[in-house]
Amino acid sequence: MKTEIIIAGFGGQGVLSMGRILAYAGMLQGKEITWMPAYGPEQRGGTANVTVILSDERISSPVLQQFDIAVVLNQPSMDKFEPRLKSGGILLYDSNGMTRKPKRKDISIYRIDATDMATEMNAPKTFNMIVLGGLLQVVPVVEIDKVMLGLQNTLPERHHHLLPANEAALRKGMEIVEKEE
Amino acid sequence: MKVMEEIKLMKGNEAIAHAAIRCGCDGYFGYPITPQSEVMETLMQEKPWETTGMVVLQAESEVAAINMVYGGAGCGKKVLTSSSSPGVSLKQEGISYIACAELPCLIVNVMRGGPGLGTIQPSQADYFQAVKGGGHGDYKLIVLAPSSVQEMADFTVLALDLAFKYNTPSMLLADGIVGQMMEKVVLPPFVPRRTEEEIRQQCPWATTGKVNRKSNVITSLALQAEEMEETNLRLQRKYAQIVENEVRFEEVQCDDADYILVAFGSCARVGEKVVELARNEGIKLGLLRPITLWPFPTKEIQRLAKQVKGFMSLELSAGQMVEDVRLAVNGTVPVEFYGRQGGVVPLAEETLAALKEKLVK
Repeated sequence: MKTEIIIAGFGGQGVLSMGRILAYAGMLQGKEITWMPAYGPEQRGGTANVTVILSDERISSPVLQQFDIAVVLNQPSMDKFEPRLKSGGILLYDSNGMTRKPKRKDISIYRIDATDMATEMNAPKTFNMIVLGGLLQVVPVVEIDKVMLGLQNTLPERHHHLLPANEAALRKGMEIVEKEE
Repeated sequence: MKVMEEIKLMKGNEAIAHAAIRCGCDGYFGYPITPQSEVMETLMQEKPWETTGMVVLQAESEVAAINMVYGGAGCGKKVLTSSSSPGVSLKQEGISYIACAELPCLIVNVMRGGPGLGTIQPSQADYFQAVKGGGHGDYKLIVLAPSSVQEMADFTVLALDLAFKYNTPSMLLADGIVGQMMEKVVLPPFVPRRTEEEIRQQCPWATTGKVNRKSNVITSLALQAEEMEETNLRLQRKYAQIVENEVRFEEVQCDDADYILVAFGSCARVGEKVVELARNEGIKLGLLRPITLWPFPTKEIQRLAKQVKGFMSLELSAGQMVEDVRLAVNGTVPVEFYGRQGGVVPLAEETLAALKEKLVK
């Protein structure tokens, strides 16, 4: 079993760290993992994306043409990666700032209004955790417990007071993700 | 859970830094450049000078860094430097001197697109520079090409071991993909740095301070041609031994293959996917991954050439390693090439299409 995921959005949205948390949780679950960022001249406000591959077997190419899952968090990412989903793949997007809806009929489409929810929760920095919660609700590629354990292991002790807010964001994301027909 | 604790998630560049500390390195000298800056950043964060006593120094330039490596290696110390393509070009004079002076050390090149200042994205276009001698004179580097984060750690240790085995500089030839990606890694065990006495024993040639022995002189200069020829002949005998003993490669599904893809480093990872896709279409494709780029797995390619219909070299360049594949095959079967340049990475799908167009007819 191999899952090939692209997470894409604006620089500063937490795209790379969301991918890293996902990869780390996969590692705790005993999976093979590859986390491959697009490391061009990225900057805050520019586009950023990361490929995360979770597999039960040795992983071949870290650079992919097609994906099983695309998490797209801005319009340029939607334009770039919707066409690169495998048939039957999963598209998860945040409608904030999007000027058009996804077009394809041969994929499953989910929406998560994570930007709005993060603002409502007065915790804009947990935006990516809301999205991750939504993703894991749709496709439980890793267990929530492993995500939390991963955060605990990788966050410096001085940031551990933020763990409950992150868990709340994950749970909220699981609640608010919606399938689009 | 104990086993789990040993497995870490990190970038290839970070793995090099951790491996260097753990294998008992005495010093790192470098100058920052994307996509390998995490090597020195990680060393600075880890502060090994407070634990193992390893020196980490940001030099004023790449030229200064390689000459610090020359000095450290001359004292028998276990030292390394790292850079990316334009920076490694700057180091070439020092590398040639170190090779001639027969000193062990490690040079890491996390390649980016060139020529010139180029791009910061991955490339393999420094193959010629690494394996044919980027500096002047008849010298060789032992060149290892990691294709995973685990190998970034393992080959840092191996490259230094080989450097000390043969008293010669070795190179880790990686690229931006292997440097920037994160994977699971089991770091090598901690080995203490050698004591001064151990260094004197292991490196009797080193400039360790003259006590009850003749002076050790480390130089790459000989004014008499005959003397310089003697040095050259000695180097060539050593290189012949390395060719005999140190060729390393990995094969994926080569046993029944009709065609062989040859690829190293990150391209070998893409190549594995090409093999998967080709096999799905009924094309019997195998992958030969040279792990040592010098010495090159010439004999293995010659052996495979007797049983396959053709080879294709896949590289992040305009076609460099393909020349060594062609030399090995020596015209017996077709040898084709596919690659992308300037930081663009070929995808498995387009590579398979190229293979079908060029080779599988």
